[in-house]
Amino acid sequence: MPDARHLDPAPDVLVIGGGTAALCAAIAARQAGASVLMVEQAPRALRGGNTRHSRNLRFAHTGETPLSTGPYPADAFWSDLERATSGTLDAGLARLLVQDSQDITGWLEAAGVHFQSHASGVLPQSSKTAFLLGGGKSMINALYSRAEHLGVSVAYETECVDLAIRENRLVGVTLKSGDRPGTLHPGAAIACCGGAQASRTWLRSCWGDAAEGFVNRGTPFAEGGVLRSLLDRGAEAVGDPKHLYLVAVDARSPADDGGIATRVRAMPAGIVVDTEGQRRHDEGGDTASTRYAVWGQRLAGFPGQLGHLILDARGLREAPPSLYPPITADSVGGLAERIGIHPAALDATLTRYNASVRAPDDPSDRAGWHSLGLDPPKSRLALPLTEAPFAAFPMRPGITFSYHGVGVDTTARVRLSQGGAVANLFAAGMIMAPSIIPRGYVSGLALTIGIVFGRLAGQEAARHVRG
Amino acid sequence: MSGDERQAEARRVLGICNACGYCNGLCDLFEAAKHRPRLTDTDLAHLASLCHGCRSCLYACQYAPPHGFGVNVPRALAEMRHQSYADYAWPRPLAGLLAHSLMATLAIGLGAIGLLVALALLSTPAETLFSRQTGSGAFYRVLPWSWMVVLGLLPLAWSVFSIGISLRRYWRATATAAAPVTTGALLAALRDVLLLRNLSGGGPGCNDLDERASHKRRWLHQVMVLGLLLTFAATCVATYYHHGLALQAPYPLDSAPVVLGTLGGLLMSGAIAGLLWLKWQGDPEPTAAVARNADLAALMLLLSVALTGLALLLWRDTSAMGLLLAIHLGSVLALFLLIPYSKLVHAGYRFIALLVEAMERGNQRGQ
Repeated sequence: MPDARHLDPAPDVLVIGGGTAALCAAIAARQAGASVLMVEQAPRALRGGNTRHSRNLRFAHTGETPLSTGPYPADAFWSDLERATSGTLDAGLARLLVQDSQDITGWLEAAGVHFQSHASGVLPQSSKTAFLLGGGKSMINALYSRAEHLGVSVAYETECVDLAIRENRLVGVTLKSGDRPGTLHPGAAIACCGGAQASRTWLRSCWGDAAEGFVNRGTPFAEGGVLRSLLDRGAEAVGDPKHLYLVAVDARSPADDGGIATRVRAMPAGIVVDTEGQRRHDEGGDTASTRYAVWGQRLAGFPGQLGHLILDARGLREAPPSLYPPITADSVGGLAERIGIHPAALDATLTRYNASVRAPDDPSDRAGWHSLGLDPPKSRLALPLTEAPFAAFPMRPGITFSYHGVGVDTTARVRLSQGGAVANLFAAGMIMAPSIIPRGYVSGLALTIGIVFGRLAGQEAARHVRG
Repeated sequence: MSGDERQAEARRVLGICNACGYCNGLCDLFEAAKHRPRLTDTDLAHLASLCHGCRSCLYACQYAPPHGFGVNVPRALAEMRHQSYADYAWPRPLAGLLAHSLMATLAIGLGAIGLLVALALLSTPAETLFSRQTGSGAFYRVLPWSWMVVLGLLPLAWSVFSIGISLRRYWRATATAAAPVTTGALLAALRDVLLLRNLSGGGPGCNDLDERASHKRRWLHQVMVLGLLLTFAATCVATYYHHGLALQAPYPLDSAPVVLGTLGGLLMSGAIAGLLWLKWQGDPEPTAAVARNADLAALMLLLSVALTGLALLLWRDTSAMGLLLAIHLGSVLALFLLIPYSKLVHAGYRFIALLVEAMERGNQRGQ
């Protein structure tokens, strides 16, 4: 167990966190000549925050690159952001994000990160995002190697419990390793330690009893201690504490850290019922990859935050591979019993659904199958669910991140609610992401925010200290 | 671990991989597993040999221990590979040699050397055996040429026969009927063997020792194979000298058999030392005890052949030659005997796995 009292008491730059933003900040600050101490709350084996679960990053580019299937100009990136956030984005920060995203793949490659080329032939088509070879954890490993090679000190299992701010200056940072607290006086600090979504207490304060129905897909270390400390000390709050980015995950997932593999994906192939056996939404309405998040939000509104995807044998055959096996039974009634729904209710829902489905003019056009007179309708892919055995996947909303953070200015300095910013305190990554996008999301954005603002914060912090 | 447990674990972790898919740029395994979602026993036998044990996917894995999912693909497939070597071994009772590779190699190695030394002692008067023998036919004054041929060819023929049966069964089980063997597929598989493409981690190299990527194992393996091939070439040329040119060993230092054999022996020894160093220094987490032992046994076996060969060359003009020759031939005999029942079988299974993948890729492109 490291001891907080043995750490450099006054590094030029203290980086709080251990994911992408923290590593980019540490590397950039060190490259700019600052001495850097990085404190990661997780043990070494679980380091890296939610980057461990990421795979791709969004970047603007005009030329040909093996990392994407086509150009993605800055204005197209900008339009996507505007659309996804319904125009709520912060124009200054978002412009910075888009502009600075243009050289991040090169910057990461220079730091030892490897990307997967589309020539591998096994990537989904994407002109907007670059895929990390081996995923986010491979990038994390490469960046830690780079940081250590540059001389960044890394302390694992070290938690930041308080930041003291006086007259627009950070004057001290309290750290805890094991049960030994210690106070450091860094020249500047960069908070890169994400949101509070792993804290059940915090979730409960926003969601009440419903909090018990959520699954945290990501790191169990995103407990929000630093976020709370910053807000208590007068940092400007951004976003909405109750607003979460949710995706539908298997209800059997672990409470934390289930990552990408726990997603339930086959909603368009079946129907989704609540614990009363009732349908609540159109399962055929959204068939793109955005459906994961659409269903995540919907499940948050289900009684007990629990839903069941119901498939028949045909739907199951066509379903993508799942982490947990489906719950199956030879009859609808038998399935209902196994998943704790009243058999008559589920049977009635399926009978009503099957009676309402209509084939299009060309019955082989599967997307054209639709319901008639059903409320809510199933507008597409409404094939009959009649072939035994029947199958169910229990689902819950899985938290990816929360839209609750601190505001920053265009130098990544933490803004204060009373106005102005803290001269020597910066924030990067998901802890400040809501100040760019208060709502909405596009794939690969979280890593891009971490890289762009981590690097910027590192450079600015080093400049602040070294002059 | 029982065969069923090994299969269950391989099936469990690859099921998680199929739901994740982040590693599909590291090697061919992950796409191959995705195309075999049922992960039958035969699928697992195929996938296990397709995995080159490069270890990259453990360090890349978000579900690696201490995560509760405890995904360790290289270890699960190393266990599974050894299970399938045993499952396909012929005759079946000899599969036990694979399960106890260190003991088996030691026993057969010492046994074979003991046998050759005993034969030399019995067939050759001590004053000949322990005196300096030089010039044409010196080796055959220690052990008659006909004995050498019998002790070399019979075990080798048996091993080729036994391996042939195993590989034929494996091929029949894992090759997909719908995908034909084409010249293109054969060339692609040979290219994969030559470049060890699946040991390159998708480009940057593999985690030979720890989180850092390197191409060390890839290079060392190929240098070792090159050395082995050179010693084989030396034997072939020597056979031609004997029969075609009626020249009897030992051959001069600047003759083709000696140059090829010496170079081969040196390359093998150096590369094996490097591979042993990787084993010694490397993180044991991504591998299994059974695989480590089998690797170690095979490396020691090859090293003993190379080193005794070099020793024979070095001291062939001294009175130690007789004993050194018997020891070297004993280690060669052990190598020949153990080919089907040691890590060395991996070459055949892996080539078939690569060929099956190349056939399926060709078939998908053709459609």
